Amino acid sequence: MTADRIFHARHGMGATVRGVALVAHDGFSARYDLDRIAGVFSRPSHELAGRSYLDRILVLDTAKGGVASAWMLHEMKSRGVTPLAFVFNSVNPILVQGAALADVPMLAGFDVDITGAIADGSEIEVDPQARTVRVMSPAD
Amino acid sequence: MTLNEEEEAMLAGKLGPLSQEALRHQIRVGDFFDAADFVPVTQAHIMADTESLGEAGVRWLEELTTAGDGQRRVRIPTITDPRGTDFSKAAFLGQTAAMLDLERRTIDAFRKLGVVMTDTCINYQTIQAPTRNEHVAFGDTGVVIYSNSVCGARSNFEGGPSALAAGITGRTPRYGFHLPENRRATLHVRVTFTPRSLNDWGALGACIGRIAGNYWAVPVIEGLERAPRSDELKHFGAAMASFGSVALFHLVGITPEAASLADVAPAGLPRHEVSRGDVEALHRSYRKDGEIDVVVFSAPQLSLYELRDLAALCGGLHFVKPLLAVTSPQVKPDADRMGYSAAIEAAGGTVLAGMCFYQSYAREIAEAKGWKRLATNSAKIVNILGGYGYEPVLASMEACVDAAVTGKLQ
Repeated sequence: MTADRIFHARHGMGATVRGVALVAHDGFSARYDLDRIAGVFSRPSHELAGRSYLDRILVLDTAKGGVASAWMLHEMKSRGVTPLAFVFNSVNPILVQGAALADVPMLAGFDVDITGAIADGSEIEVDPQARTVRVMSPAD
Repeated sequence: MTLNEEEEAMLAGKLGPLSQEALRHQIRVGDFFDAADFVPVTQAHIMADTESLGEAGVRWLEELTTAGDGQRRVRIPTITDPRGTDFSKAAFLGQTAAMLDLERRTIDAFRKLGVVMTDTCINYQTIQAPTRNEHVAFGDTGVVIYSNSVCGARSNFEGGPSALAAGITGRTPRYGFHLPENRRATLHVRVTFTPRSLNDWGALGACIGRIAGNYWAVPVIEGLERAPRSDELKHFGAAMASFGSVALFHLVGITPEAASLADVAPAGLPRHEVSRGDVEALHRSYRKDGEIDVVVFSAPQLSLYELRDLAALCGGLHFVKPLLAVTSPQVKPDADRMGYSAAIEAAGGTVLAGMCFYQSYAREIAEAKGWKRLATNSAKIVNILGGYGYEPVLASMEACVDAAVTGKLQ
């Protein structure tokens, strides 16, 4: 039986959440990358193109692009189509501002490449107050 | 965060519920970034098109306007980014009554809050450019990168809710590019190609943005053979921000904080080179085939000079494909007065004001109009519209105008 693995972030916001990780070493912009109605990544060049982010914890490299994401997370939250939480290697202020308004948990800033440390499809727990992400062992 | 007496009063609700909620939001963001305190800001600029807000965002704004008299006004000059429509051209764009209703409700809410509806992403060209070391709270990544880099002002990317909060409280958390230590370069880029066309300036910015790759990266750039014009830096910065989330760059000997390389660059920075070949490769990465459905000049809104250049190309032409030129409400009357709008529209083009194409329900416009293959000279817009179902192509203004005439991009 393997032990849970825990990674520490420098920045955190929001409540604890547990779910399945959707992982890519790519960026995130609600306007540039998503079909927000269907709840899928829509930009053809994105590593997650065609995949649904609904009920998933997004584990990505960095937040990119425009300021619209600050509003769009709030609008997506009103329709229940946000990811469960965000985990980023690095983040720009827009996603933080948007997560603050929409109340979506977020972690950012790791000493490892978090997109390489967590496998796509893993069960993970994000605890922003402790600033940790825990990768559950298969027995959990 | 350390709060002063006035901020403590705001947080306690003594200045009303609006400033209380605004400050709470700012503290959540400031705490995330370990901001020590707040910094006063002199201007705010709000990105708030209704495609982004949706019904939920518009209702949120309307709820803010229910605060009591004397408690629901912004405290500093607070202006708006492009709206989601040009009402006079909404039918042409295939926009629905529901979209326009959201726009009207948003405008009404902002006016009640004391926001000035400038509807522009080129406020540094048309309203009031910030000055060096002026702390501001600007939205629109293109506005922020230009203000930080070219003007030497200090702003983070402020999304709509945070920019509005800054307008209401007159301050913003002191983190990111408000701090001198974060304005130092983190990578050194030597360019071996000085563009002439706006699409090449945008493509050069895009290449550097891709290398930089994140918000906290600050490129210092050497090798340009001349000082760029404002419109060139506009496209250069907007594309760098779009492709890389970059908010600040330095041009050695040109931008105000980098009189010399040593002013901004610590020793041992990672070094990169960007060539003409890189710029050409970026163009080729978007080329599909020659057929196009629409030509769009937008993102950023066009200056009077850009409209003048476009008008000069349109003389005696007849477009077989739609051509849209999007500018600000401040530039449009001058373009009308100078005859530029008439020249563009005589050829079959359409001049729109107060919106930006990608902020105006671009996905729904594509479906309503059957537009997919889009030619533009904006590197920023080709980066955005791929996610909206378009097949954008980046080309010069001249080539785009030719495409509107022939239906094919040569």
